[in-house]
Amino acid sequence: MSKLIIKSKSRHSLSENDVTPEEVFKDRRAILKAMGMGAVGAGLAGGTAPALAQGFFDSLFGQDEGPERKVRTGKPLDFENLQSPKPDLKLTPEIKAITYNNFYEFGTQKTDPAMNSKDFQVKPWTLEIGGEVEKPTTVDVWELINSADLEERIYRFRCVEAWSMNIPWIGIELNKLLSKVKPTSKAKYVAFQTLYDPEQMPGQKSRYLGGGIDYPYVEGLRIDEAMHPLALMVVGMYGKTLPPQNGAPLRLMTPWKYGFKSIKSIVKIDLVEKMPPTTWNILAPHEYGFYANVNPKVDHPRWSQASERHIGEGAIARRQPTLMFNGYEEEVASLYKGMDLRKWY
Amino acid sequence: MRPSSKQILARILHVSVHIGSLLPIVWLFLAIPQGRLGGDPVQELTHFLGKGAIHLLYLSLCVTPLAKALKMGQLIRLRRPLGLWCFAYATLHFAVWITLDLQFYWSLIGEEIVERNYLLVGFLAWLILLALAITSIPRIMRAMKNRWKKLHNWVYLVAVLAPIHFLWSVKSGIIEPGIYLAIAFFLLWLRRDRLLKPIRSLVPLKG
Repeated sequence: MSKLIIKSKSRHSLSENDVTPEEVFKDRRAILKAMGMGAVGAGLAGGTAPALAQGFFDSLFGQDEGPERKVRTGKPLDFENLQSPKPDLKLTPEIKAITYNNFYEFGTQKTDPAMNSKDFQVKPWTLEIGGEVEKPTTVDVWELINSADLEERIYRFRCVEAWSMNIPWIGIELNKLLSKVKPTSKAKYVAFQTLYDPEQMPGQKSRYLGGGIDYPYVEGLRIDEAMHPLALMVVGMYGKTLPPQNGAPLRLMTPWKYGFKSIKSIVKIDLVEKMPPTTWNILAPHEYGFYANVNPKVDHPRWSQASERHIGEGAIARRQPTLMFNGYEEEVASLYKGMDLRKWY
Repeated sequence: MRPSSKQILARILHVSVHIGSLLPIVWLFLAIPQGRLGGDPVQELTHFLGKGAIHLLYLSLCVTPLAKALKMGQLIRLRRPLGLWCFAYATLHFAVWITLDLQFYWSLIGEEIVERNYLLVGFLAWLILLALAITSIPRIMRAMKNRWKKLHNWVYLVAVLAPIHFLWSVKSGIIEPGIYLAIAFFLLWLRRDRLLKPIRSLVPLKG
């Protein structure tokens, strides 16, 4: 993979104490704008069009800006954009990416995580890395976020439910984190675990809210997948730290795999010798495999994976063809050489 | 002759069915531009309309047992608006899937219906509802005479197919569709004597 590197400081440096309290997104207005409703006002007057449009919709639908309609976003982050050439991807509006989430720990409806994670405590946060390693380590995640060389990556994100987004993630390559602990020759797989805290995560407390899943959520990668430069340990998105509904403070992003592989709010990483159990595979093994590589030719038993609804601008997602390995075939296909991807779905 | 209090009650219920069925649809028109159904309203919209259709179907199946229990024959007439509204919701549910979800990819739509069991079940349920809705036109109803009742017994099959369609479609969390299925069986159980009659006549019982 040839990588032309352009360094560009995207934010001035901030120490943790400088940053303002976490921002809240005024959900409704932002969504109106994101859905292109501003266009209604655009014909009326150029510069103040969005304000006019908002006024128009406010008068039509009434004011509703109670605290329950606010959505948490993160704090500004310091990062560099090392990705080049920049992918020609139009970003999904931030408000959609932070209000349309699968994070069953906070409820199974797409809007639940943003609603139910408002008071989620992400500080302090420790990550344990252990197993088949020479140097088991406990990482202070906020120290990592503040000290690591963070970079922004714009990735396609494809959910197994056949919808997709384009998201600017911020993080560090997983291999950088793993090489610090020095995996032994026995480390064939990497197992990840989400926080288990039923007091904070209502879906873990109630089987009904949590969709009947056995928690904690666990995921895994083969070691060569984990070491691949595309595999990112994500700490932020859209220039800010991750909001809780998107997996704060630390999540995985493997853009060539279905979204459920990209485990959120990670507390534990174990390097192991045998293929570790993974949550959706335990729940429905014939529907969700360990690999879960995006593949338009291998359908989910209950729906086609050949196309996807892309959630971008506009009120309704548009359908587009799904790409092999979600468009990262050139980078990752060699990992699966000789494997029957129909069998190893 | 002045209408009896039972007649007035039946009429009020009749109007309530129409208002109660129409209001959620009006709400949808207002809620979607406000982003109340989330960043991608399609999935929520589909669920909302699908569940709405099941609610109306089950309400319509409550009518006869209630009318018998309360000795209020006037209630029977509620079955028609409830049934037609159920068909309207089911049709909108199907239309959202075709237009907003699959976005008129007709080849994919056809393939999906045939290949996915849960879609096939849902489609069958909708076809039955379509037949029941068409034959609810008064002239056709009269012309069908006894056959009308026979045809409309198929609604009991829809009552079971709809929650199976729901149950089969979800990724996890089978409690909610399970509750719907349980309600369906309860409503059928209330009619066990009539529904089992044809079977009993085929199987001679000892004793």
